[in-house]
Amino acid sequence: MSAVGIDDETAAGPTRPESRKPRRLALAGLLLPVLLAILWEVLVRAGIANGRLMPPPSVVGKTLWGLAASGELLTHAFATLWRVAAGFGLGAGVGTLLGALTGALPVARGLLDPTLQALRSIPSIAWVPLFILWFGIFEASKVALIAVGVFFPVYLGVAAAILGIDRKIIEVGRVFRLGRVAMVRRVLLPAILPAWFTALRSGLGLGFMFVVAAEIMGASEGLGYLLVDGQQLGRPDTIIAAIISFAVLGKLADALLLALTRPFLAWQDLGRAKL
Amino acid sequence: MLRFETLSKTYADGTQALSRIEVEVAAGEILALVGGSGCGKTTLLRLIAGLDQPSAGRIVLNGDTIGEPRADVGVIFQEPRLFPWLSVADNIAFGLSHLSAFEREGLVTNALVRVGLAGYEKRWPRELSGGQQQRVAIARALITRPKLLLMDEPFSALDATTRASLHGHLLALWEESRPTVVMVTHDVEEAVTLADRIIVMQPKPGRVFDELDNPLARPRDRLSPAFEALKRDALRTLDRSLRDEAPLQNKAAETAGMWW
Ligand SMILES: Nc1ncnc2c1ncn2[C@@H]1O[C@H](COP(=O)(O)OP(=O)(O)O)[C@@H](O)[C@H]1O
Ligand SMILES: [Mg+2]
Repeated sequence: MSAVGIDDETAAGPTRPESRKPRRLALAGLLLPVLLAILWEVLVRAGIANGRLMPPPSVVGKTLWGLAASGELLTHAFATLWRVAAGFGLGAGVGTLLGALTGALPVARGLLDPTLQALRSIPSIAWVPLFILWFGIFEASKVALIAVGVFFPVYLGVAAAILGIDRKIIEVGRVFRLGRVAMVRRVLLPAILPAWFTALRSGLGLGFMFVVAAEIMGASEGLGYLLVDGQQLGRPDTIIAAIISFAVLGKLADALLLALTRPFLAWQDLGRAKL
Repeated sequence: MLRFETLSKTYADGTQALSRIEVEVAAGEILALVGGSGCGKTTLLRLIAGLDQPSAGRIVLNGDTIGEPRADVGVIFQEPRLFPWLSVADNIAFGLSHLSAFEREGLVTNALVRVGLAGYEKRWPRELSGGQQQRVAIARALITRPKLLLMDEPFSALDATTRASLHGHLLALWEESRPTVVMVTHDVEEAVTLADRIIVMQPKPGRVFDELDNPLARPRDRLSPAFEALKRDALRTLDRSLRDEAPLQNKAAETAGMWW
């Protein structure tokens, strides 16, 4: 018995079968919406379908272009983004802080968690009247609503991540005699990073959901205002243009967050499909 | 060098994991602990590592009572326990944060060569096989040049070939600085291959059943009659410990008797 097998094992480098396939699948995913859009366009132009309530892609495109050219779209998108950013910053910050507290300290868990869990079971939109009374009808109440939406997934994600840290790996830190600060910096923080980023992403998604609610309930600008405006003027093309803008903004923000966090997660197995 | 003085450990639930252990380990000695499961081997190792506190008695290392993890004690666990977010090089250098980057790099490169992983600096742990990961763990524990090395079934999850090769790597590393080693194993052949002394333990409460000296010179030939005889002896002792019979009081006499 000597070291025969070892070098074969050493030579076998890691394989990277990733990247190629998911891209082709993403293109395949475009097929259905594009086909449907073309079909609708054709049906409306041929006079078979009525395009008044559901305008064809060409009309929506024209409206979108008009909004963009006049600078209106940018104003609305900017207002929406600003609200999401402020609410996300607030909700994610407080969520991370409280999540870390309840995850790390049993006392904090006992004190805070039951209350927060109870608050979580309130549908967040139910806060709106109260927030309007408290913060007025302008920005503050909207930001507060978004922050509440962002807070819970971040709070839950961080707390669960800290509770779920592998005790075995903490022991390695103890063997190397890490102090409190070093233990947090070198072991605990990196260990929860992936879960924290995931929590931030779902928080951001909820932020975009709640900004719609906040803006529908009263705003003078923002993509949500555009929705309401389209409804009141009987302009479904405007509504659809706003919906598309929401989708694009949300996707871009998510991609940005993903791009910012990815360098920290290079060590993870990225072979599995990301949804 | 290392001494257990009436060492006992009773867990909070009342389990008597160790009862009045009295053992002395010489500097540079490789001591193997064998015994059925639940006889307190892991508990003993964790006490030496300073990860747990004894209920009674104490562990003395070079005159100091051990109460917490120490810089001159290295630990290799049953699993590699690498930090998945650190590269192989950074994992190995984990205990070297007091050194400059330059010094670290030199030591790590050297250590990687020693465990046969030269060129693997930048890999992530997930890109290594189990055996390679355990070699990184060995390098991580030994790079700080501990005076005492603790290993809890470090090779038990590996296949026989990888295990044999790691024995070689380990002994080569041990030759360099000759740390005292306390290792747990359930593999008697591994114990006879590596150890200067084998302690057989017994459960409920965990205690020393018997011990065997291993005078064979290294490197040891697993096929030699002397190795075979020692292995048989160790297996028989282990067997008796499991069947709860008395230890062989006088091995020479017994061997003579069998000869007859
Ligand atoms: N943390 C613990 N709490 C309570 N009992 C434990 C704990 N760890 C181990 N034990 C018990 O102590 C005894 C010795 O365990 P252990 O040291 O793991 O044995 P070994 O490593 O020899 O298999 C066993 O009966 C086990 O169930
Ligand atoms: Mg054990």
